[in-house]
Amino acid sequence: MLMSNDYSLKLPENRRVLAQGMRDGIPIGAGYFAVAFSLGITAKGIGLRPITCMITSVLCHASAGEYAVYTVIGDNAAYITMAVMVLIANARYLLMSCAMSQRMAPSLSFFHRLFMGFGITDELFAISIARPGMLNPNYMYGGMFVSIPLWALGSGLGCFSGEVLPERIVSALSVALFGMFLAIIIPPARDDKIIRMLIIISFAVSFVMSKLPGVSSVPSGTRIIILTVVISAIAAILFPADSSANDSAHATDGSANATDSNSNTAANSSAGAADSIDNNKGD
Amino acid sequence: MQHSIFIYILIAALVSLIIRAIPTTLLRRQIENPFIRSFLYYVPYVTLSVMTFPAITEATKNPVAGYAALVVGIIVAWFRKNLFETAIMCCLTVLVTEFFF
Repeated sequence: MLMSNDYSLKLPENRRVLAQGMRDGIPIGAGYFAVAFSLGITAKGIGLRPITCMITSVLCHASAGEYAVYTVIGDNAAYITMAVMVLIANARYLLMSCAMSQRMAPSLSFFHRLFMGFGITDELFAISIARPGMLNPNYMYGGMFVSIPLWALGSGLGCFSGEVLPERIVSALSVALFGMFLAIIIPPARDDKIIRMLIIISFAVSFVMSKLPGVSSVPSGTRIIILTVVISAIAAILFPADSSANDSAHATDGSANATDSNSNTAANSSAGAADSIDNNKGD
Repeated sequence: MQHSIFIYILIAALVSLIIRAIPTTLLRRQIENPFIRSFLYYVPYVTLSVMTFPAITEATKNPVAGYAALVVGIIVAWFRKNLFETAIMCCLTVLVTEFFF
């Protein structure tokens, strides 16, 4: 009743768009399954049950975000730490959400906007924003419907089999998540000198802080928040992002087309994810 | 004090939803403030970097394998392999490295 009728599944066109979203969600879901498995192992390490892990995965469905969740639970940190950590780890979704808001029909209902926002991940954002014109919610729903359950299933199985698998295999799988983080941050670093420098500085400072007597006893979650805010703020003061807008060379057609109404920053942030999707499609 | 897992996850779910849905539901125009725009632009790179290192070297049984996975992951990602391929290569690196060390 509250949904906009334009996007009703009674229309064959919308059912077709939903099916396209589901089709494009399959390679994404396959990747999610493997990465979530590694996340499940992390959850297992702090004593979570598979069902708890799966519920968290459906509700949060974010690699860095969920990693932050398990770090905070593992630290037994304050509730406010959880809120701030999840906020920081998912801050990039705020930018993506801003970009998506500029591509929604003004008449689009509150509930469509809410559910589309809920569905934002690097990959689902990338495939959605890459389509021309106004966003059809059904496309994103199709992608979510396929990929989010696979994400949850992967994390549940990872959590379940964490102790069943040989130690050697668990050790190997536990770096999958970090591999995914690298796949997000490195491609933009190749084209943007400032980001490249920022990553090197972040690695260095993070390493020093983890070894420094006194500082190293600060819970890792808190350390991540402090370092992120301080380093990003200094970078924002020294290098306002608009001056580095020429790095849009790595933006894909999809996100570049979106820039007529979007900020450059938002389009750039999506570029790494969009690149990976293009690779997926090429396979 | 022991915290409740339920409340932890509830907070995480709510914050995750709010941060994703606030702009789609409320924002009808662009953020103008250059500092906030720049800050938000840099946050993902910094936070993922800080989360990755040195944690990747502590995740493996042998730190050498973690360092090897870091180097391989950077190289693979540099050549724009997707999330899945990069993750798999890191895993294989650890598997192979720990076989020898």
